[in-house]
Amino acid sequence: MAVRTEEMLLNVGPQHPSTHGVFRLVVKVDGERITEAIPVVGYLHRGTEKLAEDLTYTQIIPYTDRLDYLSSMTNNYALVQAVETLMDLEIPERAEYLRVLAMELNRVASHLVWWGTNLLDLGAISPFLFAFRDREFIVNMLNELSGARLTFNYMRVGGVKWDAPEGWIKKVEEFVPYMREKLKDYHTLVTGNEIFLARVKNLAIYDDKEAIAYGMTGPVLRGSNVKFDVRKNQPYSIYDRFEFDIPVGETGDVYDRYMVRMNEMEQSLRIIEQAVAQFPEEGEIIAKVPKVIRPPEGEVYTRMESSKGELGVHLVSKKKDKPYRLKLRRPSFVNLQLLPKLLVGRTMADIPAVLGAIDIVLGEVDA
Amino acid sequence: MAELLSQPFSWLNLIIMVSAGVVVLGVVLVFVMYAIYFERKVIGWMQLRNGPNRVGPWGLFQTVADVLKLMIKEDIVPAKADRFLFLIAPIIAYTPAFAIIAVIPFSENVFFADVNVGILYYGALSSISITGILLGGWASNNKYAIMGGMRSVAQMVSYEVPLIMSFLGVVLLTGSLNMKDIVAAQQDGMWFIIPQFLGFVIFLIAGNAELNRTPFDLPEAENELVAGYFVEYSGFRFAFFMLSEYVYIFALSSVMTVMFLGGWDAPFGLTFIPGGVWFALKFLLLVFYLFWARATFPRVKTQQLMGFAWKVLIPLALFNVMITALFKTISQAG
Amino acid sequence: MSEETKASSPKQPLLDQYVKLITEKVGETAIKEAYINEVNSHMPSFIIDKELWHDVALLIRDNENMQFDYLMNLSGVDYESYMEAAYFFYSYTRDEYLAIKVQTERDGGSVPTVMDVWPTADWHEREAYDLLGIGFTGREISRILLPDDWVGYPLRKDYKPYDEEV
Repeated sequence: MAVRTEEMLLNVGPQHPSTHGVFRLVVKVDGERITEAIPVVGYLHRGTEKLAEDLTYTQIIPYTDRLDYLSSMTNNYALVQAVETLMDLEIPERAEYLRVLAMELNRVASHLVWWGTNLLDLGAISPFLFAFRDREFIVNMLNELSGARLTFNYMRVGGVKWDAPEGWIKKVEEFVPYMREKLKDYHTLVTGNEIFLARVKNLAIYDDKEAIAYGMTGPVLRGSNVKFDVRKNQPYSIYDRFEFDIPVGETGDVYDRYMVRMNEMEQSLRIIEQAVAQFPEEGEIIAKVPKVIRPPEGEVYTRMESSKGELGVHLVSKKKDKPYRLKLRRPSFVNLQLLPKLLVGRTMADIPAVLGAIDIVLGEVDA
Repeated sequence: MAELLSQPFSWLNLIIMVSAGVVVLGVVLVFVMYAIYFERKVIGWMQLRNGPNRVGPWGLFQTVADVLKLMIKEDIVPAKADRFLFLIAPIIAYTPAFAIIAVIPFSENVFFADVNVGILYYGALSSISITGILLGGWASNNKYAIMGGMRSVAQMVSYEVPLIMSFLGVVLLTGSLNMKDIVAAQQDGMWFIIPQFLGFVIFLIAGNAELNRTPFDLPEAENELVAGYFVEYSGFRFAFFMLSEYVYIFALSSVMTVMFLGGWDAPFGLTFIPGGVWFALKFLLLVFYLFWARATFPRVKTQQLMGFAWKVLIPLALFNVMITALFKTISQAG
Repeated sequence: MSEETKASSPKQPLLDQYVKLITEKVGETAIKEAYINEVNSHMPSFIIDKELWHDVALLIRDNENMQFDYLMNLSGVDYESYMEAAYFFYSYTRDEYLAIKVQTERDGGSVPTVMDVWPTADWHEREAYDLLGIGFTGREISRILLPDDWVGYPLRKDYKPYDEEV
């Protein structure tokens, strides 16, 4: 005999420990089982795209810091990349290396935050602190480079704002073996844990077709066995000079997404190692660009691989010092679309696990 | 202390009994405060932090300050809550936790009641606390709280079964439910952790689940249910829930020490160290284990938790009872 | 664009092939304009008639010479005299890019939805509706980033905040 149960409407967020910000999820639950989930976003909408229309190109850069505030360097790059493509600029060697170093360090830092918070969502408290200790090294290095710990505002159209201080490259070089050691520790601490595996294996599976149809990008796409990385498949900046692999998952469950990100950190370290080795002794850090940047009339869509996925910039220029239209294709926003589908039929306990594996940053979702 | 119970009632006896109770309460409260301090320090070190270090020397008075804060905080009752039940729920949760301590012998001479069915008493009383937790969750009139309450009941009812069954092996070996007899039996032979290792492991896991602590802290699962059944509680009523959790740590570790680690029995013939110290050491080892687990494990899911209790722990516990009975019969026959 | 630059573009044959396909399968009127966006790594670009957009969408996803299985981005742009929905596609199988523009009137204009073709279009369309007021027919649509009772569409060039004085 079936027990008569009553469905309950539960409002998870916008203030909730594991929605990672002001994300709201309206779930219908039957006991613990989710029958429907509706994501509600927009609580952090600041109208970046509108604001950009009244700002010069250099002024927009700090606004991109505040999109995915965990990997501001990649956001900086996404904007300058679009402008540089439109202007067809030649970037000095040294600037390119500094950019790559900054972006890859930032990617590791961003993944570290993901690792810590994702495990925190699963109820393990220690990884969070471990991750933040190691992220601290990166944040300090980027601080030395840019003068900020989170919102770097480091890149400029044509290059970067500051040159690396004395001894900085050495620090980065020393960081790589240190971080490799720590990643091994992380695997020992978490990856083999039976409870962790029981929580994430075969959870929220989607295949490559579904991932592509829903526009998933980044680790959430590669977790479903799509070997695609913008850095490799359409190299921008100087990524074609480095050797690195694209980690992919096989089944497309939460565990695969976890492993993809863990391996991505290792690949980022590989890139950093090579970039440090090839780093030019001296050279310009910014190309000759006019004081007032007026890209020629035209329209571009550029994409790059941020830590969350494909960060695209659609820029329409009317040969003014301000963009006519700047559209940011934010990976977190797009990746989030699949969430309701993944949650239906799962239990309450899976909400943080599935959401954590998508790895959203609300600054980016809401822009 | 035990002879008081058999004496005729007198005012003096009542005063002695009440004051003994107050002393125990004081001891327990101090234990709870320093257990929290110990937990925060231990986990702090495991997580590369210092832990509390501001209030008093080495932060020793941190929990005192926290308790003080909780005591003077406003006692908020949500407008839509079932007021009466909301108010008494923490008391229902706490009282049995405290009552359990009565039957635990801490050393040969320090104990409060020499009850013949000590273990049964423990099992019986500890399940009353569930009522308090469920009431607290239900009376709060909060969706997260009711979910936490439901989880808690499901979990505690399930884990009570393997927990009690893991006692049975020990009871079979001693032929007694009295905790003092159990220790005495271990003093003659070996500690029951060796012949009853399976029972010990089952007790450790089921006990951890009974305590609602990581990795079985689903009822309060911060990341899913915010705080679970006590999400609406504040001030001293919240402290009561907290208190009962830590008193259960105290009780459970004590029971485990008595049943599996030989109670106050000194190992390697080191009898010049008093039994009370041995008891404390073994007891602290178990408490440390609980904190250690908290710093290490992620949380399990409800289905996994229930499946684990009914499909793994209970069959194992039954198997343990059977093997023990078989062993005993054979050894007696031979 | 002069004939010379057109001929020099490496993607010109591809563009011609697409044009042929679309005119054959969907109709002569489907393509309003076809060009190559040279700054943007020679991306073949089309302006498609909005009435036929849904048919074209199905074609560019399913035809084996197109196979644009991934909708990278959808931006709404306010060109003051008309609104434009700009779609950017990528094909994982063929490693090719494509841009499609669909234009509609400014007041109450709408574009057929492609949510059924690429599910990812759902939130993109909601965003374009929310911020620019481009309607999408064939689906239910509601605001996504702004509150449901918001007045106006902020990304329009003539947008005046409702509560400007505040």
